[in-house]
Amino acid sequence: MTWTIVVLSVLVLVLFSFWVSWRASRLDRLHNRVEAARTALDLALVRRASAASELASSGVLDPATSLLLADAVRRARQASAGERDLAESDLTRALRATVSEPGFRKELAENVGATELVDEVEAAAHQVFIARKFYNDVAGRTIDDRRRFLVRVLRLWGSAKQPEFFDMDDALVDSDSLG
Amino acid sequence: MRIGIACPYSWDVPGGVQSHIRDLAEALIELGHEVSVIAPADEDRPLPDYVVPTGKAMPVPYNGSVARLSFGPLSVSKVRRWLRDGDFDVLHVHEPTVPSLPLLACWVAAGPIVATVHTAMPKSRILLASQPVLRTALEKIDGRIAVSEAARSTFVEHLGGDAVLIPNGVAVHRYRQARPLDGWPGDGGAIGFLGRMDESRKGLAVLLQAFELLAVDRPDLRLLIAGPGDAGEQRHKLPAPLRERAVFLDEVSEEDKVRVLHSVDVFCSPNTGGESFGIVTAEAMAAGVAIVASDIPAFRQVLRDGRAGELFAVGDPADLARAAARLLDDPGRRAQLSAAALDAVADYDWGVVARNVLSVYETVVLGRTTVSIT
Repeated sequence: MTWTIVVLSVLVLVLFSFWVSWRASRLDRLHNRVEAARTALDLALVRRASAASELASSGVLDPATSLLLADAVRRARQASAGERDLAESDLTRALRATVSEPGFRKELAENVGATELVDEVEAAAHQVFIARKFYNDVAGRTIDDRRRFLVRVLRLWGSAKQPEFFDMDDALVDSDSLG
Repeated sequence: MRIGIACPYSWDVPGGVQSHIRDLAEALIELGHEVSVIAPADEDRPLPDYVVPTGKAMPVPYNGSVARLSFGPLSVSKVRRWLRDGDFDVLHVHEPTVPSLPLLACWVAAGPIVATVHTAMPKSRILLASQPVLRTALEKIDGRIAVSEAARSTFVEHLGGDAVLIPNGVAVHRYRQARPLDGWPGDGGAIGFLGRMDESRKGLAVLLQAFELLAVDRPDLRLLIAGPGDAGEQRHKLPAPLRERAVFLDEVSEEDKVRVLHSVDVFCSPNTGGESFGIVTAEAMAAGVAIVASDIPAFRQVLRDGRAGELFAVGDPADLARAAARLLDDPGRRAQLSAAALDAVADYDWGVVARNVLSVYETVVLGRTTVSIT
C-alpha cells in the first residue's frame, strides 16, 4: 500500500512541476511580448511627434497652427514617464484641432509637398492607434495571467513588473463630428 | 485715426486681455477715433458695434492648459478680409506670441504694426527658433508696448527690441459709485477679497489667518470673498465658530464686482507675489475703498509707497491684522486713504492710458501708408 502512495505522490509532484514550468515560461513569453509591444508603441509615438514637427516647421501652415503643433510636439517629447499619456493626448487634440479640421487639406491641396507631410502625420497617428490597441491587448492578457491563483501564490513572474495599460486619447476624428 | 485691433481670446469670455481691449477701444472712440476690433466671437451673440467676430474660438491644448483660440485657413481669410476692408492707419495686435488672430494679422499685414504684450512669455526660445514663419511675422512689429515689467522682458528676450511700458488702465468712472450688497458692510465691519481663492500667490490663506486674529476682539467683523475656487475648502480653513462670518461668493459679474468693492470697509490685497501690476487693487482704489495690501513691488508702486493704502509685511498674518485693525478702528484714516487712492489711480485711468497708446501709434505711422495685406 505504502508503495502505491509513494509512487502516486511522486507522479503528482512530477506533473505539478511540469505544469509550473509550463506556466512560468508561458508567462515569461507574455512579458516579452509586452516589452516588444511597448517598444512598438513608443516608436509609433515618436514617429507621430516627428511627422507633426516636420509639418509644423515646414512653413506651409499659418504661424498660429505651426506654433500650436510645435508646442504640443515639444511637450510630448519632453514629458516624463508619468505624464507621457497626458502629453500625447494633448498632441492628439492639437492634431484634431488642426490637421483633422475640414478645409485643412483643401487649403494645402495645391502644395504637393504639404499634402505629403499631412499624409505622413495621419499615417503615423493611425499607427499609434493600432500600436496602442495591440499593446493594451497583450498587457491585459498578461495581467489576467498573473492573477491566476497558483501563479500568484507561487509568484511565477519572478522579477518582471506588472504591465500597465497605456490610456490616452488617440482618436483621429472628433467623435462628435462623426455621422 | 482708423485703428484696427486684434484680440486673441474669445470676446464673450471674461479675461484680462479682453477687458483691456474693450476699455482701450472705447477710450479711443471717446477721443474721436475709428476703431475696429477683430476677435473670436460667436457671430450670433450680441456684440458692441466695433467688434468684428470670426466665429467661436476653438478649445485646444496650449502652453500647459486648454486655450480658446482662432487659427487655421478660415481664420486667416477672415483676418485678410478685415484688413482689406478696414484700411487702417495702424494695426494693433495683442499677445502676438499666442497662436491666434493677432499673430495671423501680423503674418498677413503690410504696414505699421503696434503690439502689446500682456504676460511674460514662457521660456520657449527654442520654439521660436524652430518656427521661421513665427519669427517673420513677429519681426514686422514696429511699435512695442508692455503692460508690466515682466511682460516687457518678453520683448527684450524673445522679440529683439525694447518696449514702452504702459500699464493696464482702470475705467475709473465704472467703479466710483455702486449700491452695496444687501446687509453689507454691516455694523461689525467687513473686509473684502477679490480673486482666485485656490491660487496661493493671491494670498487668501494669509487673510484667513489674519481674520482669526482679528475676530477675537471683533464679534461682528465679517469677510466678503468673491472669486473662482473651492469655497468649501477655504471655509474649512477657519475654526468652526468663525465660518459663518466668512461669506464666499463665486466668480461675480463686472457689475457685482464693483458692488463688492463698495460693500466692505477695508479691501485686502494679500498677494504674496507674481503680481505685475495689481489691476484688482487699482480697481479697489477707483472704488474709493480703504486698502490694506502686502508690500510687494507692484502694490508699493501703485499705492505710492503707502500713502494711498496701508502696506503690510508680505505673508505675515499678524502684520495684516495689525494694519487692518488700524483701519477698521479709524474711519478718518480710511477716508484719507480713500481720497489719496482716488488721486493716485487717476494716473491709470483709461483716458490717460489711451493717450499714451496713441503716441505710440503716431510714432510708427509717421511717413507710412495705411495697412494692407501682403
